[in-house]
Amino acid sequence: MIQYIIRRLMYSIPLLLGVNILTFFLFFVVNTPDDMARMQLGQKHVTEQAVSKWKIDHGYDLPLFINSGKDSFKTITETIFYQKSIKLFVFQFGISDSGRNIGADIKQRMWPSLAVALPALLIGLSVNILAALLMVLFRQSYLEFWGLVACVVIMSISALFYIIGGQFLFSKLLKLVPISGFGSGVDALKFLILPVVISVVSGLGSGGRWYRALFIEEVEKDYVVTARAKGLSETQVLFRHVLGNAMIPILTGVVVVLPLLFMGSLIMESFFSIPGLGSYTIDAINRQDFAIVRSMVFLGSVLYILGLLLTDICYTLVDPRVKLL
Amino acid sequence: MLLIQGVTNMTKRVLSVQGLSVQFQTDNEKVLVVDDISFDILESETFGLVGESGSGKSISALAILRLLPRSAKMSGKHVFFKEKDLLTLPETSMCQIRGRRIAMIFQDPMIALNPVKSIGHQISEVIKIHFELSSSEIQSRVLTLLRQVEIPSPESRIGDYPHQFSGGQLQRVMIAAALAGEPDLLIADEPTTALDVTIQAQILTLLKSIQRQVGMSLWLISHDLALVSSMVDRVAVMKKGRIVEVAETQQLFTYPEHAYTQKLLAALPSIDSCREEANVTGDILLELKNIRISYPVRKGIFNRIVSHHQAVDGVNLTLHAGKTLALVGESGCGKTTLAKGLLNLIENVEGHIMWAGQNINGLQGEPLRQMRSNIQIIFQDPFSSMNPRMLVGQIIGEGLRSLHPEISSQQRKVEVATLLQQVGLSAECATRYPHEFSGGQRQRICIARALAVRPKLIICDEPTSALDVSVQEKIILLLKSLQQQYEMSYLFITHDLAVVSEIADELAVMYEGKVVEYGPVYQLLNDPRQPYTQQLLKAVPKISVG
Amino acid sequence: MIILWTDALIYLLLTTAMVSGFFLRNYEGLKRPLNKIAANKSAMVSMIILLFFVAIGLLDSLHFKAEGQRASGIISVLDYCTQPLWQQTEKTYSAPFSAYLYSKAYITQANGFQSWGFPRLKFGGSHLLNPEIEKTADVLIKLIVGLSKGFVFCISWVGLRALCLAKKAGQIRLQVRPGFMGITIIIVVVGLSGIIELSTYYHILGTDKVGEDVFYQTIKSIRTGLVIGSLTTFIMLPLAVVFGILAGFYRGWVDDLIQYSYTTLNSIPSVLLIAASILMVQIYMVNHPELFTNLESRADLRLLFLCLILGVTSWTGLCRMLRAETLKLREMGYVQAAKVLGVRPIGILFQHILPNVMHIILISVVLDFSALVLAEAVLSYINVGVDPSTYSWGNMINGARLEMAREPVVWWPLIAAFVFMFILVLTANLFADAVRDAFDPRRNQHD
Repeated sequence: MIQYIIRRLMYSIPLLLGVNILTFFLFFVVNTPDDMARMQLGQKHVTEQAVSKWKIDHGYDLPLFINSGKDSFKTITETIFYQKSIKLFVFQFGISDSGRNIGADIKQRMWPSLAVALPALLIGLSVNILAALLMVLFRQSYLEFWGLVACVVIMSISALFYIIGGQFLFSKLLKLVPISGFGSGVDALKFLILPVVISVVSGLGSGGRWYRALFIEEVEKDYVVTARAKGLSETQVLFRHVLGNAMIPILTGVVVVLPLLFMGSLIMESFFSIPGLGSYTIDAINRQDFAIVRSMVFLGSVLYILGLLLTDICYTLVDPRVKLL
Repeated sequence: MLLIQGVTNMTKRVLSVQGLSVQFQTDNEKVLVVDDISFDILESETFGLVGESGSGKSISALAILRLLPRSAKMSGKHVFFKEKDLLTLPETSMCQIRGRRIAMIFQDPMIALNPVKSIGHQISEVIKIHFELSSSEIQSRVLTLLRQVEIPSPESRIGDYPHQFSGGQLQRVMIAAALAGEPDLLIADEPTTALDVTIQAQILTLLKSIQRQVGMSLWLISHDLALVSSMVDRVAVMKKGRIVEVAETQQLFTYPEHAYTQKLLAALPSIDSCREEANVTGDILLELKNIRISYPVRKGIFNRIVSHHQAVDGVNLTLHAGKTLALVGESGCGKTTLAKGLLNLIENVEGHIMWAGQNINGLQGEPLRQMRSNIQIIFQDPFSSMNPRMLVGQIIGEGLRSLHPEISSQQRKVEVATLLQQVGLSAECATRYPHEFSGGQRQRICIARALAVRPKLIICDEPTSALDVSVQEKIILLLKSLQQQYEMSYLFITHDLAVVSEIADELAVMYEGKVVEYGPVYQLLNDPRQPYTQQLLKAVPKISVG
Repeated sequence: MIILWTDALIYLLLTTAMVSGFFLRNYEGLKRPLNKIAANKSAMVSMIILLFFVAIGLLDSLHFKAEGQRASGIISVLDYCTQPLWQQTEKTYSAPFSAYLYSKAYITQANGFQSWGFPRLKFGGSHLLNPEIEKTADVLIKLIVGLSKGFVFCISWVGLRALCLAKKAGQIRLQVRPGFMGITIIIVVVGLSGIIELSTYYHILGTDKVGEDVFYQTIKSIRTGLVIGSLTTFIMLPLAVVFGILAGFYRGWVDDLIQYSYTTLNSIPSVLLIAASILMVQIYMVNHPELFTNLESRADLRLLFLCLILGVTSWTGLCRMLRAETLKLREMGYVQAAKVLGVRPIGILFQHILPNVMHIILISVVLDFSALVLAEAVLSYINVGVDPSTYSWGNMINGARLEMAREPVVWWPLIAAFVFMFILVLTANLFADAVRDAFDPRRNQHD
């Protein structure tokens, strides 16, 4: 087990390196720092001095890969690649283009993200499973048919509609909850309800359908017939046998996104003005703050790879057939 | 007289089925799978239901327990279990019958047990539902059951999961779970079909002895007449959803009345029909010298290869031109691996494969392609061995196209038509798709495909084990006649010694990657030297009446 | 005639689809699933509606130069057909079917007096003398006229066909019984004709901030949605198919390399990767203005880049599925038999592997379509989607955000975008379900 984890961690090094090189290529090679500087400073009448000053201020005044002007070790360290990309490996995100410490921002903003994303995930998961179980219990009946129709309709509506419609209905017309914002402690609850409900509803369509498919696949397996032959009732079969087996793919699907919850949801946070990492990223994209976008790309990859590792470990915990070697 | 008999039977009946039918509703048609069957099962008797695959035997058993899939509709006059009519019983009462009064075990224990629950849990579940016992009582009851089905050291295995058991042991666990409800009737649906021949015998002996102990009725469903003959008191023969004959076992096997029963009995391969002491010398076609095939086992932080699993371990065999060498062994003994290694379909084959004085092991590229026409293969599963998206004509012509590109497409068509006729199919089949054919017909197409490139050796990898007995017989006959016509050799891989006696000249018995006994068939079947061969022979079910 | 990049690709895609359809028309393996789809009523209704959407998209993808029409002078055939819609712009917002502006202004009356009130629209409902009284009746009349026009058209079409058939058969048969499909088509055509009739007199979905007809914007957005849904797949498909099959078939280092690249790509959150790439394209465009001569080609190129980026980031899922399936297929009896028969690897790939993974490819293409249409809206909302000057539902929703905060609420652009998007996505989903049911071999086993 330990050996396996170590091996997986080592396997993630080339992956992260790949991510790093890819993002570096995207951010510094496709467009040079000069281009970026011009973009940031506005289009017209940008003097060379202004560009180089911007570059010095933001630490982009170095060669990309090899600094031939420096001595031995520094030929590598005094480059944009080392300064901007390699340092990400030790989570030194540096300073954003607008001069803020990205690492500190991330630490502060990941909690509000989690406060929205975690309840949304957990409630969504239980609602989806419940809906799917109901459909399976009443399979080949009108309840299942209309349930499936509802699922298709729900998943055909853009998430944006749920947000805008929800805000309009519950906040503007009914004035049940504030339109947007965030608070601390218990105060945060009233800001959280609507985004959580909306994410649950908008995910119900595809989630319910997918879980139903998983359950149906399990229900058709032979061990279910055995269980019925033992004298278990239909609900007992569903809850004691089918649920347990179908939970394996469901759980592992959930575990892989767990670490990514810190990243928050881009549109949800931006619509509800929640000061999380999602809105942080959106703001950065809109301000074209590349330092932040780059950091978030790297952070997202790290969390995803962590999620993959957790998934594998989770498999060994829930499925006795899987042994990690 | 009749009346009196009826009354006495009434008291002894456990199950009485009258006019049961099951219909499946598909998209656009209704299929009658079970068609108006009636039979009785008496107290503490063993009742056999035999029929070929798809005859509706399993469906009738499931119907009686009302476990059919929802797309099936059942109807009937009555299905009396003791005094209760199972057709009209409410579902909650039905739950009290299932597992408690009527228990069932299934064909493949590997998939019939829940993979993520321990076996102890799965057995105790039955007890929990049907009896009110404390958890320690349940625990001791489970242990007793496991002992009863002869699981070694049950205390340490009670928490193990299904994948930690072998197939035979799992079937024992299944039986334990079925016995847990102390049922009056145990339905065993092909309980040994998925198991190896030696294990089969053990499971059947166990079932029989337990039945004697507890005095329940046993309903054995099987496709294997020989197996049924040694086990049951009365037999029903089923064909296409109908029961064509019911009789006492002895009666049925000695004087079968229905034509279908007669046909089934005639098709049974018998181990005694062994070929005469045949001449097994002749030109040496293929020589295997010390063949070893291994799979790497990877471990550790760097996923290094730490050891090798030896699937084939130093096999020496000689094949003579125009003769058949049978390779017999249980699943996992390495016989299929050997065949694939011989054909260069897998890597890591060590040793010499001598073909006409040349070592063909490890050939690559064009030389390998040139060798291909010499050795062909027929697979076990006739359903996965043909590309579902190709026409039969294309499938048979595939080898000609790749190995004999000089043949024009017109000539190829003629050739394909000839081949189809040779394997007993009409030439029009060339323009149809594989899914339109039955298992036996598909196997014929596969033979035609192999035959097309005029091989000197055909490897037959269990070519008949997925087929029904009557079809099996015909395929064997076809193979034999083709062998005479083309003077080909066969390497015939099988687990069925009865088939071996019909077709083979020589026999090699494989066990855990090694050939343990090797010699002429008549010698090995009549006078086996190795204990493993003796065991195999003993386990073959034979028609034994009385 | 001006050919934009996406136009060219769309018609290339159309030709490819038609050519492969032509070659596969007699292919036996397709008959059963196709019959199954044809028997599925909701799928057929969806398909007809989708085809109407596609037709509009295709009309919108034929561009030509028309001097003096627009700033750039490039219009599409669809623009040409709907000239009144985009030429008749009002001052600012007006509600659907309204004859008045949505906001008050000083109205200069005929006698020179100025009054404070809702001014009449220049075009919408301008044929009415007294909108308060006449409007409802007029709308109904116009609707009925439109519907009957469509009905007459359908009847004459059906009659004409019957006549042609009768001529062929040499006798006159008066019995014409349109099938289920026919009825659906007639309903859609009649409905459409009603809408067309109405939209020549009113802004049936109102106007937006600068007075542009919202109905026009929504139908222009159809092309954007279709382009994103189809071109992305067109770009993603070769990558996924080639890499997936090669990885599964050759295994070894090829597999390792391909697995590594898709895991790497997968590990970057896709929205961020798309955002980063789009930002880079933006910078590139800003710094190389000489490459983009006019607004249309600039917006078009950005659309193309968006498809390209979406394609490059989304091939991993299908690739992984194809790899797994190929791994399974290469152990199948028929592949082994083909090897033994001396068929070369390339032959095995094309004869045995590719035809047997085709259903996975097809299913994933139709399933991805609706997801991509939805994704466009989200991406446009966070400013990494299509160019702000491109008509798209995402841009419309983005603009509607502020409108929802206005008092009184301007709701029609939002609703219009959602309804059209919903219809497209719903029909695509229903059709995709039918395709999946028909082609997935596992589902066929059960029934």
